[in-house]
Amino acid sequence: MKAITANRLEDGRVVYRKAEGGWTQHFEDAARYSDDALDSALEAALAEEGVVVGPYAIDVEGAALSGAKLRRESIRLFGPTAGSTREAAKQGADHVQI
Amino acid sequence: MYRYDEIDDTLVRERVEEFRGQVAARIKGDLTEDQFKPLRLMNGVYLQLHAYMLRVAIPYGVLSSDQLRMLAHVARTYDRGYGHFTTRQNIQYNWPRLVDIPEILDQLASVEMHAIQTSGNCIRNTTTDPFAGAAADEVSDPRPWCELIRQWSTLHPEFTYLPRKFKIAVTGAKADRAAIGVHDIGLRLVAGENGDIGFEVHAGGGQGRTPRVAVKLRDFVGQRDLLAYLTAILRVYNLAGRRDNMYKARIKILVESMGADAFTEAVEDEFARLKNGPLTIPVEEIERVAAHFLPPAADPRPVAKSADPAFLRWKAHNVKPHKVDGLRSVVVSLKPTGKTPGDASAGQMDALADLADRYGLSEIRVTKEQNLVLPHVAAADLADLHAVLAGLELATPNAGLASDIVSCPGLDYCNLANARSIPLAQAISKRLAETGLDEPAGELTIKISGCINACGHHHVANIGLLGVDKKGEEVYQLTVGGVADGQSAVGKILGPGFTADSAVEAVLTVVRVFTERRTGAETFIETLGRIGADPFKEAVYAD
Ligand code: SF4
Repeated sequence: MKAITANRLEDGRVVYRKAEGGWTQHFEDAARYSDDALDSALEAALAEEGVVVGPYAIDVEGAALSGAKLRRESIRLFGPTAGSTREAAKQGADHVQI
Repeated sequence: MYRYDEIDDTLVRERVEEFRGQVAARIKGDLTEDQFKPLRLMNGVYLQLHAYMLRVAIPYGVLSSDQLRMLAHVARTYDRGYGHFTTRQNIQYNWPRLVDIPEILDQLASVEMHAIQTSGNCIRNTTTDPFAGAAADEVSDPRPWCELIRQWSTLHPEFTYLPRKFKIAVTGAKADRAAIGVHDIGLRLVAGENGDIGFEVHAGGGQGRTPRVAVKLRDFVGQRDLLAYLTAILRVYNLAGRRDNMYKARIKILVESMGADAFTEAVEDEFARLKNGPLTIPVEEIERVAAHFLPPAADPRPVAKSADPAFLRWKAHNVKPHKVDGLRSVVVSLKPTGKTPGDASAGQMDALADLADRYGLSEIRVTKEQNLVLPHVAAADLADLHAVLAGLELATPNAGLASDIVSCPGLDYCNLANARSIPLAQAISKRLAETGLDEPAGELTIKISGCINACGHHHVANIGLLGVDKKGEEVYQLTVGGVADGQSAVGKILGPGFTADSAVEAVLTVVRVFTERRTGAETFIETLGRIGADPFKEAVYAD
């Protein structure tokens, strides 16, 4: 199965495509697409370039990320594994309220 | 320090307003991403894995205390409390919102800073020796020349759309601390036959996918001819450099494909046309710019002897000789054990700005090793300064040692990365501390890049690590024998790659073998040259 991810235009944060359209920061609320349904969903996502940047499909298996890009996508989903801003990022403690 | 004149100020302010309009147009939907992307990149705005990244130019790595305070303010207000100093002597913010960036740039403009030409296929920020104007071994101060190059290259209409990005480095000292051998153009200030100061010119160096050491084009270019000669090089490159393949578009590929002689000849032909023309720098202009970079006054105060071992160790590694009596340059390490190389918190930046005001003539430098420098500190103040730095976690006594690790952001932040860099740097730093190998190894460079773009300068590290992606797994190639400064050299791969954990231990093994096999005060490169790579290979691949 696939999900669709992108970065939000306004702030660059990682978002996922929802089944009813629109975007969420919560992966658990992301729509899952079969290969057959993916093309039209991706087309709809690409049409929303006023909201997001660069939508693309990622591999999912059940409720989890999977596939060759698992590490990259995990870091996008859960935040950096290192770096001084990691803790702040984990707590969602943006100094700017989004 | 150089101060903006009206032209600089107007140019930067107009650019902020222009970008404000472009961001608004993008948000409103009047610009597509394809249209907007080149515009944001020209203003230093990248889109990374989690957020936008803003790269702010620090011209030739020189900062005033007010500028550093502004960088702290940006980190605190618009980021997550930190800034990341890069190997290009710039600073990056990893979390700003696009909608805030025009405001950030507006505030930066108030302290004469901007993000222009920190991305894109243009002439980037010129880099230099972080001890410029201070180093005891300096032939001539490179900062006025960096400033002249900055003014000449800023929004240069002919060189805004080069085949690829273009980096110039200048060194004014006998010891090259600007790595001129691995830049598109490397300039060395030298004394000519009659004692006049001019430039030895190198071109065609670079790291990335195809690391090359620059070739020398000329032994001497006179001061007034500098911009004409640079223009000649850029013009040959701009016309003949490849634009069909981005991996073959850097000047190093052109120099190699034309051959050094033919390339030099083409540059000389162009220079002959330009010489004595409008690009000749007026003497008064050289003097006007140089007047911004006068040497500091001597400090005759006596220096009290200290027996504090922490101070003495710090002094041995982090305090450098100064050309002016009674002064020293101080390296402020951003490499505490186990921390992220190059990161400074807003609090640290503010405190360091205050210390620069109190002890360092309000000046700070950024190094390509991702540390900061207080270039002009009185020897009499060193002990007091050390005591305050220690309380700020800014007095790690490891400048130039193995634990002074250079690391790019890697896969934790960077959109182009194959593998993580920061966790390896942290683990190696901790292991060096645990094993006590740091001090006995002496000066030794370890540098890590998360992909072949080589922002972590791994090619020119004594011990380099390059992250690659092998079917979704992070694998690290280990290289030995690279040198950044002086006689630049590209490291060679030691053998098969490693997982992250084993890469850390492999680096430790290389350091250990070096400490066991070195004789006297040999450097790593000297020991490697004497015993070859085999003893390192055997130890690393022993199991
Ligand atoms: S070397 Fe690669 S991973 Fe590291 S910062 Fe540069 S582009 Fe990103």
